[in-house]
Amino acid sequence: MTLRDLINKLLRRQTSSATTARERLQLVLAHDRTDLSEDLLDKMRQEILEVVAKYVEIDMEEGAVSLESEDRMTALVANLPIKRTLSGKIKLKEQTQEENETLKESQSETE
Amino acid sequence: MAKETRVILICSGKGGVGKTTLTANLGIALARQGKKTAVLDADFGLRNLDLLLGLENRIVYTAQEVLEESCRLDQALVKHKQEANLSLLPAGNPRMLDWLKPEDMKKIVEMVSELFDFVLIDCPAGVEDGFKNAVAASKEAIVVTNPEVSAVRDADRVIGLLNSNGIKPIQLVLNRVRPKMMASQEMLSVDDVTDILALPLLGLVLEDEQVIVSTNRGEPLTLSGSNSPAARCYSNIVLRLQGEEVPLIDPSKEGSSIGDKFRRLMQTKIF
Repeated sequence: MTLRDLINKLLRRQTSSATTARERLQLVLAHDRTDLSEDLLDKMRQEILEVVAKYVEIDMEEGAVSLESEDRMTALVANLPIKRTLSGKIKLKEQTQEENETLKESQSETE
Repeated sequence: MAKETRVILICSGKGGVGKTTLTANLGIALARQGKKTAVLDADFGLRNLDLLLGLENRIVYTAQEVLEESCRLDQALVKHKQEANLSLLPAGNPRMLDWLKPEDMKKIVEMVSELFDFVLIDCPAGVEDGFKNAVAASKEAIVVTNPEVSAVRDADRVIGLLNSNGIKPIQLVLNRVRPKMMASQEMLSVDDVTDILALPLLGLVLEDEQVIVSTNRGEPLTLSGSNSPAARCYSNIVLRLQGEEVPLIDPSKEGSSIGDKFRRLMQTKIF
């Protein structure tokens, strides 16, 4: 942010058009630079979350997977907040007694 | 090829950003420094390079006849009136686009390369066949853009295509820079554009009414040794192109009135 942007903000004026241009360009280029469609990205996001959730407990609501571009490099950035136990340890996904039982039940059902 | 001929594509994606004007001015400036230079109009659909160089009445044969082998290359090359080191290979008929292939373009550029130190290819706008043909024949590239969202976006697309075609190096020329608008942050800054496109900046060209005057006359600014803002910029670009280190003009430091100083203060990054 520049001094002009700050003053504009304080006076509740529009930000400078150059700042708007830069932000709009960065957004549109992040998409231009990849051929991934929004649908595909969504599907990938869902599957990545599911894979990670198999091993650690993550906050499914907070998890975000996005494409970020810098210096012509596009990176897939996943931000997956892992839940912690009260003692501060990472909560590993362990099949609880309940889950095991339901699993067994469902198995016996299929059998 | 015995000597290293530099074959440079001048492209932009978007039309009207100043490719042809840059090609004409760089061509003349290189020739004035004693470099044997050819400028090649690869814009077969809408050719204009001949007009900007003032050579439109001297065209007899074009690239088309050379490819059809109905004339020799030296018959098609149009020598510039005042700058004997500069020759133009005119674009052929727009109907050439129907059959022209990347190999044809390569062939013609190879023929021209044997006679010159520099070959500048004026690329058509767009990213279709005309662009692909021109890229196939090029080794390095200059991407021209303006500090405007559409021009920068199209440049980005073109840079991606150049990268995937192994063109190296790719350098940037930021054309039509208006220092006052940049200073009041009503125009993307030089840093904005170079950050977004992540290319080394070969130079910037200040907006200059003299460019229009010079195109009216068919005499590129660099021909007369003019000292107008754009002419100085073109000369700097030609020096940098040959590896000389010339400091960039800082558009934010153009102007010294209290108003300019205030605008500079307002540009200070605070966080």
